[in-house]
Parts: sequence; C-alpha cells; structure tokens
Amino acid sequence: MTGGKARPSVHQTGAPAAEATVSKVGVVGAGTMGFGIAIVAARGDYQTVVYDTDGGRIERLKQDAVTFIEKSIKLQKLTSAEAARCLDRLSATSELGMLSDCDLVIEAVFESFDVKSNVLTQLNKICRPDAIFASNTSTLSITQLAAASGRAANFVGLHFCLPAQIMKLVEVTPGMQTSTVAFDAAWAFCIKSGQIPIRTKDTPGFILNYFVIPFNNAAIRLVEQGVAEPPDIDTAVKTGLGHALGPLELVDMVGLDTQVLLCEAFYQATLDARMAAPHLLRQMVAANRLGRKSGRGFYDYASSRAFGA
Amino acid sequence: MTGRAYCVVSAGESRSFSSNDPFVLQATMSASIVVIVGTAASSIFRDVLSRRPKLVLVELDQQLLGEITGECGGEEGGAILGFSRFRLGSGAASQLIELVVQPRTLQNARRDAIALFESAGFQVATCLDRPGRILDRLVRPYFNSALERLDDGLASAEDIDRAVKLGLGFKRGPIEWLDETGLAHHGAVSDALSELLGDPYYKPGRRARVAMRKSSE
Repeated sequence: MTGGKARPSVHQTGAPAAEATVSKVGVVGAGTMGFGIAIVAARGDYQTVVYDTDGGRIERLKQDAVTFIEKSIKLQKLTSAEAARCLDRLSATSELGMLSDCDLVIEAVFESFDVKSNVLTQLNKICRPDAIFASNTSTLSITQLAAASGRAANFVGLHFCLPAQIMKLVEVTPGMQTSTVAFDAAWAFCIKSGQIPIRTKDTPGFILNYFVIPFNNAAIRLVEQGVAEPPDIDTAVKTGLGHALGPLELVDMVGLDTQVLLCEAFYQATLDARMAAPHLLRQMVAANRLGRKSGRGFYDYASSRAFGA
Repeated sequence: MTGRAYCVVSAGESRSFSSNDPFVLQATMSASIVVIVGTAASSIFRDVLSRRPKLVLVELDQQLLGEITGECGGEEGGAILGFSRFRLGSGAASQLIELVVQPRTLQNARRDAIALFESAGFQVATCLDRPGRILDRLVRPYFNSALERLDDGLASAEDIDRAVKLGLGFKRGPIEWLDETGLAHHGAVSDALSELLGDPYYKPGRRARVAMRKSSE
C-alpha cells in the first residue's frame, strides 16, 4: 500500500486481503464537486473520465479544467509538463458505458438518496464486479448507499471538501459491509492524489458537517434572539477562537437555502434539535436572502451592511 | 496609549487583565470612566456609583450584568455596561472583548466603551446580557458534542481536530482546545450554562465530568 498515516484496518481479524490496483477513475457528475474531484484524480496520475448527462456541463468542465490547470502553472503548483499530462489524462463523456473499465468510480451527483441510488444501480450493471464505488455524499448513510449499489463490499465514502481541487481533506468512511480491500484502495487513492484522508465512522455528517451545521445554527439563533448582530458574532468567533471565517459569513458563502437543505437532511437523520433549521433561516430564504449568491444574506453585499442594519 | 482616560478599580482577581497588563498600566488614578475588574465587582459597585462616574464598565465572569445592576422590567441600562475579555479556561486571554449591554443602555455610553477598548487594541463584539454571551453560547455545546463523539468512536481525537482545521478553517480542534485550556474548567462553565439556559446540550460531556470529579479530589 502507498504510505501515509498509520490507521486501523476496517476488519481487525481474518486473513490479510489482497490489494486493489486503481489506475482508471470515473467521476459521475460534472458539477462543482465532480470537477474538483476529477482534477484531483487527473493530477494524481490517474486516467480520469467524467460522466454527465448534460452536454453543456461537460463542455464547461473541459474549459474550466484548462483554465484551472493554466492557473496552476502560473502559481507554480504544476510544471508545464505535469499540466499537459494532467489534461491528457482527463476526459469527459455523456456515455455511461465509458466508465465500464474504471477501477474506481466516484459519484458526485445531486445530494438525494434516490438520485444517487439510481446512478449506482446503473453503474453496477456496466462496471466490472471488482470495481470500487465511492460516494461523495455529505449527508447520506454510506451503508445504505452501499446496499443500494448492489456491491456493498466494494463501496466506500469519499467526502471531499469544497473546492475539492484546493482543499486537501477527504473523509474516508467505510460502510458496515465495506471490505478492507476497497477501503485500503480508496485510502491509497487519496494519498497518491496528494489528499489528506481521515477515517470517520458512518454516522450523519461524518466529522465536518456534524460539527459545523449545529455551530452555524446556534449562531443564527443568537441573531434570531437578538443576542448579537452578525458582525459581532463573526468578530467574536474570528478573534476569540481564531476561525478563518465567522459562522454567518460561512452560511452566506454556502447559501442559506443550502443550509436549510442540510438542516433538513440532518434533522431527519438524527432528530437532534440543534440540526433543525432555525425559523429566521427559513424566513430569510423565503425573502430570497440566500447569501452571496443573491447579493444579500446576513450581510448586504451591495452595501456591506449586516442583516437587520 | 488609549485616547480616553479611565481608571481601573480592582475587586479581586481579574480573568481579563493581570496587574501588569498594558490596559491596567495605562489607566489613570481617577477618571470619569471607571473600569471595575475582579470577581468581587458587586461588592464595590455601589461605592463606585456614588462617585457619579460618566461611564462604568464592569468585568463579568459567568455572572450576568443584571445580577450587579439589578433589573427593572426591561428598562435597565444607562451608562453601566458589562464586559469580558474572552479566554478559555487556563488558556491565554484573547484580544476579544465581549461588551454587554442592557435594553436601555445609552448609545453614547456604548460608543465610548467600544472606543475605549478599541483604542487599547481590542476587538469588540457587543451582545445583550445573556448567559454565556456570544462565544460560550456557541462553543460549549460544540465542545460537549465533540467529547461525546470521541466516546462514540466517530474518529480519533487527532483526526477530529485535524478534520475541523483542514476542512473548516478552525484554528484549533475541539479536543486540542480542551486539552490546552482545561476540561474541568469547560465542565464548570458548561454546567453553569446548562442550569441558566435549561438547555440539555450544555450538560458537560462525560469526559468533562470525569475531569471535574478528578480535580475536586
């Protein structure tokens, strides 16, 4: 196995499993996450093919890849030769059959169990039985997706952070039936791609979302209760705790509508009251105060004023 | 030097300023702005008021400003404000001042208080007189859930810390913070907030309770 941080095996007992070799990676979904994951894979020396049903998204991905790689050369992150090899290894298609010989397929489609399980079912029909499937889900159960995929042993969670082509962290999550071979192959893929894998348990939100969603909701509730204004809360968190961004700046960046969707998914999965979308959040979404994307959220991006000011 | 003259009246040990802190050293012997520091602020509060200062700033630890000034059906306020320099347990004091206001706090008193602290190099975040103010309200449930999830085996302590730093841009992970600043202190603060807020998420996590019991042996 490729080197990296020592960590326990998925199965602590039994005969040592053989290693799976990954040389070709499929990425399903050419959206923001799919683009970033594809760049990571191609940069990591993997033959990479991106699949999407939307031809427009495929064309955008190709253009964005060229732009990103050119910028990487300018920033001296890649040499010209490395950049050329990276682009050579990256292709995009609207034919699902092009993924049939992939060793690892990472889905990054819309965050819905039905949408993901439908894609995984289709992939299961065309891919080799030993191919490993991975999901970039941030909210759904890996064990449940694995079961729906039809290849529970060869299934693992690979949750990349946004933007995947820049952020190094990947949460690597085995489901209940994930084999050591599949987990180790996914881990080795992360290491070889220059990512930093962290093993997590298959529980809602893994590590990142489990902590950040209630933290952000608590900040929204302080605004809702009139305890403090958004700039005061963000100043407190940045100055007192040294966070790079305040929670309300972060929610504005992620999108208030996305925060509601995340809250709904996590509340349903956990019945944890902290995960429930605060009333103020829903009101702001109804008023089209979605954050940066609509020009106004907790801050007004036209005038730099804060919500309520 | 700050642009405004103020005097510091000490009433016990201060969590915000040591006796040789520049903020204390730059204070004058007497001024119309009085900063009361120390855990026994309430014991000298009336005496300070009898001198008719223009502005009084009272250091708060876990208590509420209303416990010192009294409350009056939402009409409390004026030129007496609370403040706390944020620090976690035995950790270093931060540059954050949480400035506590009441419903009828005078606007010019608030402005003067902010200007005084900012001119001394602090960042000021203003909030209402509520238990835990801003940061304790946010971090205590976060720390408790991190302790619980560590017990549940979500990931190792090192990986939880690494994940939030790399994935969320936090300066430190929750377990690191608690190791550095004291689990027992976290437990005590969280326990007090749990009682004041009646919110179960403030109940100290098991590891914090263990640390509290051990420290009281």
